[in-house]
Amino acid sequence: MNYTALSYSDLLAPAALILINGALSLRLRLGVERQLIVAALRMVAQLSLAGFVLTLLFRAVSPFWTGLAAAVMVLFAGREIAARQSRKLIGGWSFGLGTLCALTAAGSLTALTLVGPIAADPWYHPRYALPLLGMILGNTLTGISLGLDVLTNGAVRQRAAIEAQLALGASRWTALLPVTRDAIRSGLIPTINTMAAIGIVSLPGMMTGQILAGVAPVDAVKYQILIMFVIAGATAFGTLMAVAAAVFLITDDRHRMRLDRLG
Amino acid sequence: MRDLRVNLAVRGGECLIIRGASGSGKTRLLRAIADLDPASGEIVLDGVAREAIAAPQWRRRICYVSAEPGWWCDTVAPHYPTWPSLLPMLGALGLSADHGARVVASLSTGERQRLALLRALAIEPEVLLLDEPTSALDAAATRAVEAILQDRMEHGLAILLATHNSAQAERFGGRHLVLCSATVEATER
Repeated sequence: MNYTALSYSDLLAPAALILINGALSLRLRLGVERQLIVAALRMVAQLSLAGFVLTLLFRAVSPFWTGLAAAVMVLFAGREIAARQSRKLIGGWSFGLGTLCALTAAGSLTALTLVGPIAADPWYHPRYALPLLGMILGNTLTGISLGLDVLTNGAVRQRAAIEAQLALGASRWTALLPVTRDAIRSGLIPTINTMAAIGIVSLPGMMTGQILAGVAPVDAVKYQILIMFVIAGATAFGTLMAVAAAVFLITDDRHRMRLDRLG
Repeated sequence: MRDLRVNLAVRGGECLIIRGASGSGKTRLLRAIADLDPASGEIVLDGVAREAIAAPQWRRRICYVSAEPGWWCDTVAPHYPTWPSLLPMLGALGLSADHGARVVASLSTGERQRLALLRALAIEPEVLLLDEPTSALDAAATRAVEAILQDRMEHGLAILLATHNSAQAERFGGRHLVLCSATVEATER
């Protein structure tokens, strides 16, 4: 496999683009120059750290260390899901629910993909397990956070309509069904849009990376198709689970709206 | 939120008028009876405690109609199990069959109030909890609503009616429950 390795000096000229963006922000008074520089520095630091950690993990090929890295990724996903909620579930439930659903959906489908089509040996080999988990987790996170946000906002905005149904004897599931549908639909839309545009409008990062690393485009495409199917499955599974659990949490066993459980 | 302690019993065919200043707890009391908000205390229907009856079933038997009813579909008819069967009552309320195809947002507040009452009557509850059901209606429409309610009461329907309308309260007669803002006690007269 042949590819052109980059030196650190090769990154200097592209880094100037960030400086140009910063200068534009100053000139146009956009006020984002500081955020831009901090975000770029964070990106460099985080990716450098990831490269360093992955190198160590690839050397170790240990289920413990791979599992620990995966656990850290899932916890950060849970934190990110909670941070993206405009109305958080009280008692840390946004974090708990996000983490649990991301772990269940992304974790189970990553494991199935590793032992199934990819047939990694050993199945927990970090070279396969961590990038795969990262891609699936990133998309599942988006689906869950969008789904929860649309559900909680919808429940607050449509409270009168939901309570009108409850007052007429509807169950909490029936009364919240329109909001639940909206929430699940919102969680799935980014994945559907990505699948619809992929290959024509955009070339995904993993496929591009494989091609740059010397893999035949046809083989890279097969990998990408596999990943997209798994991402779609994990996003739907995670979003469905999170939204259903959130409906349960914002109502009670007497089928009452419990919006006091939202922060 | 201050405590609201109420002890009352209502028989079938009776109307209990609930009065009190805004903020005295009329809506809170009706919502608690309908089990729409958590509340302590004991509520019994035909000798059976509320907790022994599944919540959806309870609310079909004791139905609450809000002062500002909510709607979950764009047009009127999908809010009713069988719209055509309601035609006689529609006429009595000054509405028509055409209202079924109307967009809810295009209706007046008074039309929405009457349609919300109709929605509750359609499920034939044993107790009706009405929160200012005629506040947006003119005199003729108010009388039409009252006539339908009186007719249902003759067939055994019990009503708890929260109203600021003294004349309406007198027309229904029966007992009055007055909630006082200054105290936590409710008094009957």
